[in-house]
Amino acid sequence: MSMLKIEGVHTFYGNIEALKGIDMEVNEGEIVTLIGANGAGKTTLLMTCCGSPQASKGRILFEGQDISRMPMHEICQLGIQQSPEGRRIFPRMSVYENLQMGAITQDPKYFNSDIEMVFDLFPRLKERINQRAGTMSGGEQQMLAIGRALMGRPRLLLLDEPSLGLAPLIVKQIFETVEKINREKKMTVFLVEQNAFHALKLAHRGYVMVNGNITLSGTGAELLANPEVRAAYLEGGH
Amino acid sequence: MSAAFASSRTNGSEVVKELAFFAVIALLMSVMLLGVETVDRPTGLELAVRWDLVLLAIGATVIGRLGLIFRRENISRLGQAVLITLSAVAVFEMFVRFRELDDRWVSPVFLDMVFSSVVSTIIGIAFVAIIFATAYFTMKDKTAADVDESAKLSSKIQLAYRSNTKKIGLIGIIFFIIFPFIFGEDRSAIDLATLVMIYIMLGWGLNIVVGLAGLLDLGYVAFYAVGAYSYALLSQNFDLSFWLCLPLAGIFAASFGIILGFPVLRLRGDYLAIVTLGFGEIIRVVLINWYDLTGGPDGISSIERPSFFGMADFSRRVPDGAIGFNELFGMEYSSMHRLIFLYYLILVLALVTNFVTLRLRKLPIGRAWEALREDEIACRSLGINPTNTKLSAFAIGAMFGGFAGAFFATRQGFISPESFTFLESAVILAIVVLGGMGSQIGVVLAAIVMIGFPEMFRELAEYRMLIFGAGIVAIMLWRPRGLLSFRDPTILLNMSQKEKVAGEIK
Repeated sequence: MSMLKIEGVHTFYGNIEALKGIDMEVNEGEIVTLIGANGAGKTTLLMTCCGSPQASKGRILFEGQDISRMPMHEICQLGIQQSPEGRRIFPRMSVYENLQMGAITQDPKYFNSDIEMVFDLFPRLKERINQRAGTMSGGEQQMLAIGRALMGRPRLLLLDEPSLGLAPLIVKQIFETVEKINREKKMTVFLVEQNAFHALKLAHRGYVMVNGNITLSGTGAELLANPEVRAAYLEGGH
Repeated sequence: MSAAFASSRTNGSEVVKELAFFAVIALLMSVMLLGVETVDRPTGLELAVRWDLVLLAIGATVIGRLGLIFRRENISRLGQAVLITLSAVAVFEMFVRFRELDDRWVSPVFLDMVFSSVVSTIIGIAFVAIIFATAYFTMKDKTAADVDESAKLSSKIQLAYRSNTKKIGLIGIIFFIIFPFIFGEDRSAIDLATLVMIYIMLGWGLNIVVGLAGLLDLGYVAFYAVGAYSYALLSQNFDLSFWLCLPLAGIFAASFGIILGFPVLRLRGDYLAIVTLGFGEIIRVVLINWYDLTGGPDGISSIERPSFFGMADFSRRVPDGAIGFNELFGMEYSSMHRLIFLYYLILVLALVTNFVTLRLRKLPIGRAWEALREDEIACRSLGINPTNTKLSAFAIGAMFGGFAGAFFATRQGFISPESFTFLESAVILAIVVLGGMGSQIGVVLAAIVMIGFPEMFRELAEYRMLIFGAGIVAIMLWRPRGLLSFRDPTILLNMSQKEKVAGEIK
């Protein structure tokens, strides 16, 4: 069953058409990845799913409900949480407070078990529990961003470039954890990445975006083997 | 001397250049400020030229600068102390002379004053000795280790402050509670303390909007005005008592906060500041022009004073059917009773503001304000409704402004739009910013510095503004993020506060 269904979505920034009719879907329990070059519209698509900016044409269905006209905070309360581009943790708050912020719309009774779950996934965060989030390394901040999103008890987790600006070893760790979240928590993950190799290896299915259009789709392995994808996103890089 | 210079980084000609530069600056600044003075003579206003003052200003600057160079270049510990002391004496001399009109060249006023009596001799010597000792002992032999040492000292002070915030707050509260017992008969001290307390309360109220929610509000005084006028009008037109009007004033101000909040929700930063500034002015202009209701520029006079919780009255001539406060407690009548009561009233109001703010900071709504200040998009992606969050910050901040306004009206007994100018907003905002955004104790310190000191030094007449300006510049130089600019997590786990703070400073 498809959890997130995007049908013919167009999004504009002023007069500029950033998304030119996108169709894609994310099924329950999958990791779906969207790869593409800078400026292709990947982040715009992810943010359109969250309601900021709103799609000017087309529909976005989350578990059968049209969310394309809802404000961002209501969409997020439905069970879509994201780790936004550039992580956007709260730098002056402690790690613990950031995680509390993630759970702010949730029933407090889940809080203790949820935070234990996050600390199991990211033991590093437990060590840094009282540290000011802005003083942590990039990798730790990314872990915090994902952990904060998980505290919102999502059914669909959106990750926008979790590998941005991180060392290869850390990227590997992050992706391993994402896979673990998917496998053990049965979490549906929609991953937007430039780091095509890692992302496609991880993903059940993938889409390739060029200039606001989806040009290719297939399973992760198919796309990895696809000569066009290899030429555009993989050769020379890894 | 030349050998001393040769050993350091600075040579003689550079020093002369530096001194000349400062002499010119001193000349430029002092000629207009000190050198020319209008004197009221029988023939009319005349310009008097005070070259002695200009000379003193230049002398003090050059000597002081030379002292600082000595200090900086490690030339002579004794020398720099002597020079700095000389410079301080020259500054003192300048101030004393400026207040007197005669133009004397011969004997320094300082010496005259010092030798006029035994007491003043002692005071004078003490003055010189203190400056000399400070200059002498604070000079450090600058090496890398020493720089480390001073950084460590400041972090130690920080540590001490941050791990004892509660105790410091408690000591502050106790001090303010026993304040009237110390200065019980000093009317001006109680008045001043009440004034400072009003600004502390306004600062704490604005701190919710600016410090916690990060919404720059330049029109906060509007809510203060709404509170004051709603109490004054309700009490005059409907004969309602202060105790009933106080919550009403808060509600009115809060609804004005929401009215202001709606149009500015989409604005941020500079734009928000300008719109709130305009809102503050609109309220003031309406108050001036709506003559029928507000009395326009004449204001509203003989506003009812508060009673002792409706049980007793503070007036000398008690109206029929009421008991005097002094009778109720079997004391002699004293006009101080009301002042002290007002002082305690504002103290309680301010403490309520503080308590509510501290509680809110720990609740989801307060946390959402802080998060909104840091990153609005992240907040929305976590499911926080930015509209409600911002409106609640405006409303709660405005409500406390309204309480303070009602108190102000009942204390003054007279209000007019003059009391609610933009300058007031600026002063309140300055208290919040100088205190360190979001710091509760910082607001108290800043209110004392901003309101208390200028009032205390009222005898210095126009110089207090000069000193005030210097104080602001000093804060900008040494504490650019506010007097107390830390934000501590509201919750710490598995660790004492001390360890946590220490860990962070390392």
